[in-house]
Amino acid sequence: MNITRTMTERKIVVPGETIIQGEEFLPGDGTRREKEDIVASKYGLADISDKLVRVIPLSGVYSPRRGNSVIGQIIDIKFNGWLVDFNGPTTGFLPVSEYPRYIEQDELQDALNFGDLILAKVNNIKASSVDLSIRLRGFGKLDEGIIMKVNPNKVPRVIGKEGSMVSLIKELTGCNITVGQNGLVWIKGQSIDAELKARKIIEYICENSFIDGLTEKVKSFAETLK
Amino acid sequence: MAGKSSYTKRTDGRKFDELRPIDAKIGVIPEADGSAMYKSGNTIAIAAVFGPRTLHPQHMQNPQKGVLRINYDMMSFSVPDRKKPGPNRRSQEISKVTEWALSQCVDLSEFPNTVVDVFITIPQADAGTRVAGINAAVMALAHAGVPMKEMAAAVAVGKMDKTIVVDVCKEEEDYEEGEGATDIPVCYLSRSKKLALLQLDGKIGVDELKEALEMGKIACEKINEIQVKTLKGETK
Repeated sequence: MNITRTMTERKIVVPGETIIQGEEFLPGDGTRREKEDIVASKYGLADISDKLVRVIPLSGVYSPRRGNSVIGQIIDIKFNGWLVDFNGPTTGFLPVSEYPRYIEQDELQDALNFGDLILAKVNNIKASSVDLSIRLRGFGKLDEGIIMKVNPNKVPRVIGKEGSMVSLIKELTGCNITVGQNGLVWIKGQSIDAELKARKIIEYICENSFIDGLTEKVKSFAETLK
Repeated sequence: MAGKSSYTKRTDGRKFDELRPIDAKIGVIPEADGSAMYKSGNTIAIAAVFGPRTLHPQHMQNPQKGVLRINYDMMSFSVPDRKKPGPNRRSQEISKVTEWALSQCVDLSEFPNTVVDVFITIPQADAGTRVAGINAAVMALAHAGVPMKEMAAAVAVGKMDKTIVVDVCKEEEDYEEGEGATDIPVCYLSRSKKLALLQLDGKIGVDELKEALEMGKIACEKINEIQVKTLKGETK
């Protein structure tokens, strides 16, 4: 996608504002059609790519999507799975069948106990809950390292274009970084100092997410931390 | 207007259809999902939005759509005579009418079994606190990324003796000469121009009420412009 072109076209819209007129446009996320007009239903940046019009939210709680990887905390153990809090509008449910190995009915808390943090994949979204899975490689319980919270709408900035920002932080600090789409970031490094440094860099990215040439700024910011 | 009105000049020298100086800001509370401050003259309202989040107790949940819950509160030092802290009859009523007005513009059908909590706080009051609260709450809801059909703006229209004025202040609210003071808070939706809130405290004729609503509508459009500018970051 041509980033520079869409960047200049994006403008902030408020709910009830007409983004564009014309029968040929399609209303996407955060928009609706009212006769000729495509109207914003959310506060955010209006993005028109081809004929699809959508609003990219600038703030607000994380809304789960199928396939997202999220970091969450076990808040309850049911007879057939775990309830997971992942800072979303509803709680997530992780069934025993989505655990990588076979577990007896009464051994659920041995596998994952109250307060444990997990990296999970969003499997299915239902009206009142979200189904999670940790069957895939790389998902599961998080044991060491630190967790930090960022604004879920800034997650794309932290990840960067095709993960460029995350790999930059990895390179600068030597830490392993996993960014949950829900705004929780898991940092695991060789030492506490390296982890704290990574955290400072991520905080810096979130504060300065609208600056052009962020990658260079981040590099020079990391220099000052030494 | 029938007959002559004893109220010919406003206490603070404004024109009859002139609003008090307005100041608005978003993101005043970092801990909230969305927040806004709205200041009209000496009246200040702060709104904080949390959610959508799971609603407890469970029996209050609606499996078809999310619930909007408003909590309006005045600080004890907001008025000259200390206000006893905590909810009272008046604040409960205002919470409820604000809830009804704002449920016209938010759309929570995507979030069943959840609640969107709005906390409106008045740190300084000089009449028109409920409308200031609505104006702040609308901006905070938009800032929180809550799906909304449209925005809304509210203003208190008043009738001092036979003169209709917009955005009354405390001094005017206490006007006693002639027919006395009538207070009419109105809230208009930004796109459909529908009336979302109409309360009336006092006496007023049908023609005068029509005129008052028309004045309120124009004032609400002006307020909405400021709300939009604030959200778009075009102020200062």
